[in-house]
Amino acid sequence: MAKYIVKRVIYMFITLFLIATATFFLMKALPGSPISSAPKLNATQLAIVEAKYGLDQPIAVQYGKYMLNLAKGDLGNSFQFKNASVTDLIVSRLGPSVILGTQGLILGVAIGIALGMIAALRQNSIWDYGSTFIAVLGISIPSFVFATFLQYWLGVKWQIFPVALWKDGWMSSVLPSIALAMGPLATSARFIRTEMIEVLSSDYITLAKSKGASGFEVAFKHAFRNALIPLVTVLGPLAAGLLTGSLVIEQIFAIPGIGEQFVKSIMSNDFSIIMGTTLFFSVFLVFVIFIVDILYGIIDPRIRLSGGND
Amino acid sequence: MSSELKKLPAESFERITIDSSHSERIAKPSLSFWQDAWLRIRKNKAAIVSIFILVFILIMAFVGPMISPHDAETQTITHANLPPKVPGFEKLGFLDGVGTMAGKEVDLYEMKKVDTYYWFGTDGLGRDMFSRVWEGTQISLFIAFMAALIDMIIGVAYGGVSAFYGGRVDDMMQRVVEILYGIPTLVIVILMILFMEPGVTAIIIAITITGWIGMSRIVRGQVLRYKNQEFVLASRTLGASNPRIITKHILPNILGIIIINTMFTIPGAIFFEAFLSFIGLGLQPPAASLGTLINDGYKLVQYQPHILLFPSIILSLLMIAFNLLGDGLRDAFDPKMKD
Amino acid sequence: MEKILEVKDLELSFHTFAGEVKAIRGVNFDLLKGETLAIVGESGSGKSVTTKSIMRLLPEHSSEFKNGHILFNGKDLTKLSDREMQKIRGKDISMIFQDPMTSLNPTMTIGNQIMEPILKHRKVNKTEARKVAIDLLRLVGMPKPELRIKQYPHQFSGGQRQRIVIAIALACNPQILIADEPTTALDVTIQAQILELMKDLQKKIDTSIIFITHDLGVVANVADRVAVMYGGKIVEIGTVDEIFYNPQHPYTWGLLSSMPSLDVEEEKLYAIPGTPPDLLNPPKGDAFALRSDYAMQIDLEEDPPFFQVSDTHSAATWLLHPDAPQVEPPLSIIERMKKFPGSRYFTGTEGGTN
Repeated sequence: MAKYIVKRVIYMFITLFLIATATFFLMKALPGSPISSAPKLNATQLAIVEAKYGLDQPIAVQYGKYMLNLAKGDLGNSFQFKNASVTDLIVSRLGPSVILGTQGLILGVAIGIALGMIAALRQNSIWDYGSTFIAVLGISIPSFVFATFLQYWLGVKWQIFPVALWKDGWMSSVLPSIALAMGPLATSARFIRTEMIEVLSSDYITLAKSKGASGFEVAFKHAFRNALIPLVTVLGPLAAGLLTGSLVIEQIFAIPGIGEQFVKSIMSNDFSIIMGTTLFFSVFLVFVIFIVDILYGIIDPRIRLSGGND
Repeated sequence: MSSELKKLPAESFERITIDSSHSERIAKPSLSFWQDAWLRIRKNKAAIVSIFILVFILIMAFVGPMISPHDAETQTITHANLPPKVPGFEKLGFLDGVGTMAGKEVDLYEMKKVDTYYWFGTDGLGRDMFSRVWEGTQISLFIAFMAALIDMIIGVAYGGVSAFYGGRVDDMMQRVVEILYGIPTLVIVILMILFMEPGVTAIIIAITITGWIGMSRIVRGQVLRYKNQEFVLASRTLGASNPRIITKHILPNILGIIIINTMFTIPGAIFFEAFLSFIGLGLQPPAASLGTLINDGYKLVQYQPHILLFPSIILSLLMIAFNLLGDGLRDAFDPKMKD
Repeated sequence: MEKILEVKDLELSFHTFAGEVKAIRGVNFDLLKGETLAIVGESGSGKSVTTKSIMRLLPEHSSEFKNGHILFNGKDLTKLSDREMQKIRGKDISMIFQDPMTSLNPTMTIGNQIMEPILKHRKVNKTEARKVAIDLLRLVGMPKPELRIKQYPHQFSGGQRQRIVIAIALACNPQILIADEPTTALDVTIQAQILELMKDLQKKIDTSIIFITHDLGVVANVADRVAVMYGGKIVEIGTVDEIFYNPQHPYTWGLLSSMPSLDVEEEKLYAIPGTPPDLLNPPKGDAFALRSDYAMQIDLEEDPPFFQVSDTHSAATWLLHPDAPQVEPPLSIIERMKKFPGSRYFTGTEGGTN
């Protein structure tokens, strides 16, 4: 087990290292730099500016400095707002994104599991078709389409929820959370349904029934746990989905989150923020995958306690 | 267990010879794997409906711009922002060219003195939405199919080679994949897009650069499974060469899962392109894809909802249909669900 | 000896996409207290389905009892609701399954799995149940039960897992234990251990066993009585001696002949030609006739009734009809019958009938 963890940690660092390096060289290769956004400079002024940004050093040195800065958590400064550190900008926007992400995830997964269970336990009935239908819709209709319609009907036409607003009240988080939740909901529902059906046809379920277990006990004491464990493996892609979702949802509902800032920075070619945010996303996702790997090893007794046979 | 014995005619007890070949007769016609799958998918109504929808959209994507009286590029400013109007439907009260203007419902065609029909309405520059939407569909479909095709080729090749040769080759190839897999797709795509000139090629490259990993994993898993099965071993002992084993034995068995996976890759690619376009990293105007059209449309949803409506419907239909079809194929190919 | 279970005229069908599959087409047998009844037959003969229908473990929506009764403790099990069956399963009737590698829940400790029926059917608390579980493990020969009770199935070998399954089945001292090919998936040496264990436990707990198998060697080892099934029906039933040494049905002859034997000088291994009948369209008359060397005209027309061979032995074959011609069973069968007092070929010096 320890070996497993160590291996995952090493992989995580290699991945992060590669991403950071790739980002650095891409930054160098990109058109547009702190200099080109400034007015025409003569040679001396150019030299001063270059020195300021360390652009006159050899590449290796620049690279070294860059990595060092990264380790310190310094992502440089924004191109647009020259005095704002990217790190600060990102941190300031974490709040809303985290709230929405967590709400969306919990809401989506909880309802998704429920729908999946219903579908599996009442196979080929109206409940099954209904919940499968919702799941397919959730996967198929892109979140921005869905979000826009939510916004239109519940916000503009019926005026139940704020259309595009972020106040410190939970009302404004409802629509975006629902929109974000659709992805995890659909994925969880389909997944749990497939797993439950597979589990329910296992021998050990027949054995459980032969012990006199009721339908409820069979489904929830025996089958559920076995179907749930593999769901953890899906958490990684779910988190990635939440990220891509947040970019779009935050834009539509005007939420001052990381995603919205990111999209704005793309529009305005602020490469510092773009790179910084990208790195941030990477670290986040790599970390989530790492946690998921470890988690899976812990909750599945077959992995946690391997060996012991005599 | 009655003890009453009926009186039976003497001939009843004549011994007869049974032609035992009769009992070995196979009662039901044998079906090939594909025939069996086709029979099963035919029963899946959702999948059949999906096929029709997909064929329809595909045909319209090419035929649409041709049958429309207007073309997608012409900008007629005087005809800007017209709601959809379709001959015949106007009597029914919708698709009748009526929109809201300053809070009131007005027949905008009358107001602007337009006497042609725009079936999906027009956009801010007076371009015919009908043609634009179908041309956009063409591009979205093109990108998606190309991306899926490339993913499939690279994925099958990589996964297949890795699994078939096994050993150190497999080890190394998988190590590379593990690290690549850990790098979030989103990140790679964004970095690539920034680096390249936005356009169809850039998007296709961006989608495929890590898209093939999923397929390669699945193919590898399947090849490993079949490689070690006894019918392959039997074939080998009879002298079959590697190419023969691959083409005649392994490939037919994994074809099913390749098809299924590709069926799911396509909506993923469509969605991803739409997503990129939505956040501004996709195609640039005047090129149009479903994604860019939706991006344009969402900003105007309050006053010109038709600009958002049609591309959204088509995009959603495409995604739903591919997903349902993929589900249906998966059920049809799954040996465990045989009747 | 009293009858614990009576199965009368049982008929059961499955509703499939292809049509109605008549899996059980008329099964009659009784189970006596304390005995071991073996049910033998090929795959598809209906032996598993019969026992699963006793436990009512078949999928409710696709299976249907077309006829018959299963009488147990004064109740007809075919008519009980699932709720009522839950009170019987695991308590009065329990089951051991074929594949020990998949019969246990991989994410539950074996302790919990053994305690489950105890907690459900016996009014004891958790500590009490735990004690009982540990005792059960000891009973089935598991070393260090207090330690192992906290472990998970994957930490045990196949033979050990089967012991655990047996422990679960015996947890509430059931009146009937149904063993569905419990040793088929195990090594021969382990198989012997498990069979010994079962015989031992049967004496201790005084439970009646229905033992399903296709292995006649196992039957000879454990059974008191044997029922031979073919095509969804019982075709011959009798004590183990009667079936092995005085078989009357051509199918039983076929089964016994297929066993390689050192006694007989045959050079060719015998195999019953053909394949089991298609239960979607069961053949008219005697289902085995199509594969038998001894078929008669009537076999193609009418189903044979049971003919008594002795108080305990009967077979459903027209060959036993008084008007039927005398046939010669295969050589190896004749060799067997030579050892059986009361058979046509008995060469023993003791006179008298069975």
